[in-house]
Amino acid sequence: MSNEIEAIKDPGLPAHVHRRADTDPKAAKKAERQVAILFLLSALGTVTLIGSYIFIPQDVFFYFPVLGNTNAHQLFLGLGMAASLFFIGMGAIHWAKTLMPDEEVIIQRHEFRSPDEDRAEFIKTVKEGAAAAGLGRRSLIKRSLGLSLGLVGLSPLILLGDLGPLPGDELSKTSWKAGTRLVTDPGDRPIRAEDLEVGAVAQTLPEIEPGAHRALSDIGKDAVLLIRLRPEEFNLDAERLSWTYEGIIAFSKICSHMGCAVALYEQQTKHLLCPCHQSTFDVTRAAKVIFGPSARPLPQLAITVDSEGYLVAQSPFNEPVGPSFWERSS
Amino acid sequence: MAPLLLVLALFSIGTTFSVAGAATSTPLTAAEKSALIDEGQRIFLKGCSSCHGLNLEGSAIAPSLIGVGAASVDFQVATGRMPVADMSQQIARKDPVYNEKEVEALAAYVSSLAPGPDVPGEESLNYERNGSTAEGGELFRTNCAMCHNFAAQGGALTQGKYAPTLMGVTPRHIYEALITGPQSMPVFSDKTITPAEKLSIIKWIKAAEAEPQLGGASLGRVGPVTEGLLVWTLGLGLLVGVAVWLAMKAR
Amino acid sequence: MTAREKIAGSVANYVDERTGAAKWMKKNLTKVFPDHWSFLLGEIALYSFVILLLSGTFLTFWFDPSQREVIYEGAYAPLEGLKMSAAYASTLQISFEVRGGLLMRQIHHWAALIFMAAIVVHLMRVYFTGAFRKPREFNWIIGVGLLTLGIVEGFLGYSLPDDLLSGTGVRIAEAIIQALPLVGSYLAFFAFGGAFPGEAFIPRIYTVHVLLLPGAFLALITVHLMLVWYQKHTQYPGPGRTEKNVVGYPLMPVYMAKAGGFFFIVFGVTAFLGAVASINPIWLYGPYTPGQISAGSQPDWYMGWLDGLVRMSPPLESHFFGHTVSWNILIPGLIVPGILFTGMALYPFIESWITGDKREHHLLDRPRNVPNRTALGVMSLTFMLVALINGGNDIIATTFDLTINQIMWFSRIGILILPPIAFVVTKRLCLSLQRADRDLVLHGRETGRLVMMEHGEFVEVHEPISAEKAWLLTQHEQNPALALEESDLRGVRRPGVLKNKLRARMSKAHAVAIPKATAADLKEIEHH
Repeated sequence: MSNEIEAIKDPGLPAHVHRRADTDPKAAKKAERQVAILFLLSALGTVTLIGSYIFIPQDVFFYFPVLGNTNAHQLFLGLGMAASLFFIGMGAIHWAKTLMPDEEVIIQRHEFRSPDEDRAEFIKTVKEGAAAAGLGRRSLIKRSLGLSLGLVGLSPLILLGDLGPLPGDELSKTSWKAGTRLVTDPGDRPIRAEDLEVGAVAQTLPEIEPGAHRALSDIGKDAVLLIRLRPEEFNLDAERLSWTYEGIIAFSKICSHMGCAVALYEQQTKHLLCPCHQSTFDVTRAAKVIFGPSARPLPQLAITVDSEGYLVAQSPFNEPVGPSFWERSS
Repeated sequence: MAPLLLVLALFSIGTTFSVAGAATSTPLTAAEKSALIDEGQRIFLKGCSSCHGLNLEGSAIAPSLIGVGAASVDFQVATGRMPVADMSQQIARKDPVYNEKEVEALAAYVSSLAPGPDVPGEESLNYERNGSTAEGGELFRTNCAMCHNFAAQGGALTQGKYAPTLMGVTPRHIYEALITGPQSMPVFSDKTITPAEKLSIIKWIKAAEAEPQLGGASLGRVGPVTEGLLVWTLGLGLLVGVAVWLAMKAR
Repeated sequence: MTAREKIAGSVANYVDERTGAAKWMKKNLTKVFPDHWSFLLGEIALYSFVILLLSGTFLTFWFDPSQREVIYEGAYAPLEGLKMSAAYASTLQISFEVRGGLLMRQIHHWAALIFMAAIVVHLMRVYFTGAFRKPREFNWIIGVGLLTLGIVEGFLGYSLPDDLLSGTGVRIAEAIIQALPLVGSYLAFFAFGGAFPGEAFIPRIYTVHVLLLPGAFLALITVHLMLVWYQKHTQYPGPGRTEKNVVGYPLMPVYMAKAGGFFFIVFGVTAFLGAVASINPIWLYGPYTPGQISAGSQPDWYMGWLDGLVRMSPPLESHFFGHTVSWNILIPGLIVPGILFTGMALYPFIESWITGDKREHHLLDRPRNVPNRTALGVMSLTFMLVALINGGNDIIATTFDLTINQIMWFSRIGILILPPIAFVVTKRLCLSLQRADRDLVLHGRETGRLVMMEHGEFVEVHEPISAEKAWLLTQHEQNPALALEESDLRGVRRPGVLKNKLRARMSKAHAVAIPKATAADLKEIEHH
């Protein structure tokens, strides 16, 4: 460590260099004019803003390089506003730089630490005040105070109790039951097996009563993706195979990772890709995860056809759909 | 005077030709059809059979074309995808090698061997009349946006494959892609997305393509990635630039 | 006295008689601020906050924070007749029917992105120059708090319009809440008023976004600024600048003009972006429904690193006794960010523990003179950058003809090996720069002029550097590592053996430096 004697010395503040406007009145006048021009440009901007707001209709478009076919009202309103603000700033800064004094000022820092007498007095005040309150001696007061404050702090939490219903088994149930028809999304048309060619997909939802309303919360659990392959392309055990119908297989569309809609089907590789975090599922192996962060395959919906030939669910999903949660057992 | 006459003459000659050329195609006679199929076979044997086989049976590097239909041929060849230039990741759209007549011949030949989806006629593609933009948007976002992105700009699939942008694709080719499911794209059957719904999708895509920049430069219509890039380059760049100027001593 | 002076005098008298303002105004109007462009980065954030308040208030006059279903009957034809939430419909109304509405929406969103970017560059400036050291540790913690709150506020803000892209983000947020062990499903149902998406979330986050968090920001920013005011701003080292003074310009008139002017600059640039660049075109995304998704869905940039961490996570989940714990969500989404931000908040204390330095510091460090700290900072930035890149892997893949799988593997491996490599490279670079500084002081500046001596040797003429520059290059402190003997003179062992060993090693690493040039060294050279 170099001590003070050996270290190179601080030469102190360099000599002040004057600006042109400091010594030359013509330069000062020029700077003043420049500042005035900048402020005037701002005024022009405000005029453009007001004029655009009042006079340019909102449905006029014109071609502008880089921007393309642009909305005139929006562009000139915005440019006017930008100019009206920007040039005030430029004017103020240029004024400070060229005309306001730029001699450097030195002030001394003070130590933050309070002087010892003040500290001693502070400690004395606090001690006397605490002694006057008597908390130290009166433990009954101390304990009951603690109890009352602790309890009153609980009340806001209690009052928020109706923020939401308890989950119950909501997360584990969907609208699918045995015999529920699959209908197109959108359109609500039931689907026959022969409506799908090999290599086709369909976005589906469970059928609802005519006139009934489908809530987004229902769609968020019920959405199902229907895919048709050739039956020989499946690589499934007997049970899962029995959940398919003539090469048609159905999966929950709600990603088992974090709930995005998994609908991106690659026809040639038979893979499903979720665009949120790139989890990749193999349709031929019951949506087994082959890449990406998802830890579980997509739940498969067992399907068959009803007496009229429309595709229906055989039973509800055998597991909860969507992202995992603590109470999920697998 | 003379230049004006020349311009008028050229104009009238030009419009006469284009009017004549725009006449609706009349159905072909049996003889014309047969000639077209022969022409198609000739082109096929020369340009396609080395990969797709002499009898369209396919090979190790190309699928069979039996039953793909005229729609597939029109889509693949007229968008330039076929013949393939680069087989690495995915067949890409490029300048077509064959002209309209040659494509028609190829399509006639391939569909003559086994039935398949037909090229949609001009009448059935009248999306302006028969489609609904709003409904098309709903259908697009449910069935197409997960691959092609919300504004049909295209998106990534796995292993380097991609769903291409739909900007600049003709309504006929969009329709054909929907019904034939080229490469990674699935097939969208007419019962699950009806022909009218397909026209609505096309109408929405065309509306999105033609939509002017409502808020300013669109930054690619791919979302927050390019928006963030603009902030870190132009936004901070301008602001830091002014800050440096602010703190510099004036001359 | 002129008439104007008379009026001003009576106003000032009126106020002063009631508040005693003259005394503290006099003191504060002459307060001195050091001048450097890098001190304006925090101001960009401050002014962006004001712009957010102003533009946001405008938006609240038309925005309807309700998820009740409406049929759209407004000006944008491609959405005519479709079902959507009132929040989405009112955002469309602001965009297409309110004059200046789309401009204000865009200014508000661009200001939010600039706000976060400014906070990050300001944080980098404070970190790399060591401005967080005593007495400013508490201000640093407030800053980290502002960064965290900013991320949340921005997320809530762009989720308000209830469009397809932001709704997808809300779905992911709900999955994170739901994944919490024991309480996850309860907290999720409480936050959303039932199953996702429900109808309660948008109205509730509206209250948080326009009332609770802005209130928190106002309070924290006020304390943050008051501390800077009271403790006085730090300054870069240089001739005439010491730990005990502040060299700069007074508030009135210079700083009022420059800082006040800079507010208009920031507002103007933000308005310019709002005018020419489209951001968050919700009419193209469409209203949110859980059955739809767009390819290339990302959060705003300041959350991109979180998305990237989640994407690269291995598929880890534990199942035991009928319960599930999703490590693939908790680790990248909560645990790693929690460790990073806690470490960041506590860094001033960690560094003072390593160096044993308990003194006040008002002179900033040149980053090269603190190689360990600088290298650690670059290492952290590298980590964040790899995560951020992975967050956009699908857009990068289609733009540069790569595969998302390649980028994912690059990120998984890169995030582990690139930060340590960055650390080593940065530390070496800092030491090289220190060496270059030492050479400059001892040998002067290379002029590029060659001179031939009588005996035929060629030498390059070196010009000695100015006294000011020599001072700048040698004013820094170079403290030795902490000496933590294992036992004292009487042989009593120091408690906390492992902790001290760690501290001693880190202190030694922290003290690695090229010895700076001294006056003695200079004299030695002169004798050549």
